[in-house]
Amino acid sequence: MSDHELRVSKIRNGTVIDHVTAGQALNVLAILGIDGSEGEGVSIGMNVPSDRLGRKDVVKVEDRELSQSEVEVLSLIAPEASINIIRDYDVVEKSRVDRPETVTGLLSCPNRNCITNDDEPIASKFTVVADGVRCAYCGEIVRDDIAAHLDVQT
Amino acid sequence: MRQDHLISAANLSRESIEAVLDRAAAIDADPAAYRQRHAGAVLALCFFEPSTRTKMSFDTAMKRLGGTTVDMGTVESSSVKKGETLADTVRVVEGYADAIVLRHPSEGAAKMASEFVDVPLVNAGDGAGQHPSQTLLDLYTIRERAGLDDLSVGIMGDLKYGRTVHSLAHALTNFDVRQHFISPESLRLPRNVRFDLHEAGAHVREHTDLEAVLPELDVLYVTRIQRERFPDENEYRAVAGQYRIDEETLEAARDDLSVMHPLPRVDEIAPEVDETEYATYFEQAHNGIPVRMALLDGLLARAKEGSR
Ligand SMILES: [Zn+2]
Repeated sequence: MSDHELRVSKIRNGTVIDHVTAGQALNVLAILGIDGSEGEGVSIGMNVPSDRLGRKDVVKVEDRELSQSEVEVLSLIAPEASINIIRDYDVVEKSRVDRPETVTGLLSCPNRNCITNDDEPIASKFTVVADGVRCAYCGEIVRDDIAAHLDVQT
Repeated sequence: MRQDHLISAANLSRESIEAVLDRAAAIDADPAAYRQRHAGAVLALCFFEPSTRTKMSFDTAMKRLGGTTVDMGTVESSSVKKGETLADTVRVVEGYADAIVLRHPSEGAAKMASEFVDVPLVNAGDGAGQHPSQTLLDLYTIRERAGLDDLSVGIMGDLKYGRTVHSLAHALTNFDVRQHFISPESLRLPRNVRFDLHEAGAHVREHTDLEAVLPELDVLYVTRIQRERFPDENEYRAVAGQYRIDEETLEAARDDLSVMHPLPRVDEIAPEVDETEYATYFEQAHNGIPVRMALLDGLLARAKEGSR
């Protein structure tokens, strides 16, 4: 099997997340909490040539349909991503990610003195601003490299 | 019903600011009329960081409204030392009091705490974040001296960590004020505050030097540059000296300039300035009582209405 075939091989049922910002595929999986431990097939294409983006990543998750709320948060690290729900080899639903208004429990605040980094019974919460996210507690703004603040293991 | 809290000056509108200042002026004019206004009400003072003045100021304000206060005491003597979360502390204290005043070393602490309680909560300082009740008394003082529109206000010193500065800058965007920020490069306003000022369309200039801008200022708000912000003592001395106000510095100022300071000062304003017409900082400190009375009066009255 050639590399090319591996990248584009079709899945029967599941979700294809296409047009992911190049280099962000592993972060996408981390955001979705997908590590293969539940037996789902996961395939990743990284730095695949793309007409629209130049280079892109592609993530395919078999036997799992992602909800819109699950994927909207992907917009923070992959604003161009598109979601394709696959049933019996056919794309039955195709949508673009939407920027959410808030992101809860997913990013940790880079301000070390922020209350969300103390041992309090709250989840971090960020509001989405024009070109980044902003801590709803301390007001810190994160613009570059949002993925570096992911509160999940990659 | 969720109560209204005072968490950040960024949430204050011109109307809400003016309502507090007008009430403070009424209290100032006739304090006796407010003496029994909140008889029986209890204010909890939760200071996780020492601040004698702010605490005394709230304590006095509540008592002058006829109420009483309960004090958590120092962190060393409280259950916090035993590892209790802030969320638990305020939920317990809520049962004792009609309102809570919170000072905490972490940014966002007041915002978080307010999500756990149904009594009004006042942020009396959260780390390098906000200190909105100080801002209300600052605005009251500025209004008494110069009015709040068509003003040039200089804010000087540690703009990076100065929570009183952050709150004041936010609040001033509600008025027709040109804001001049004067600080060493390393202590500039933090990015999030600059972002908010920009979003609000505020008229903002940043300077490293007071000289250039001093002659046009109506108000000069001085804050302390803390020694511990600098890795070495010499560097601190070089910087701190540049931002020190004395009679000579003020020769270039307008005659009606008001020099303000949230106090305590160390040596950023020479004692000789105290005797001049410029000195407004003690008046400013005194204004803390009527302004905090007005603030508490508003919050307690609305809370009572809400619970009926
Ligand atoms: Zn934060």
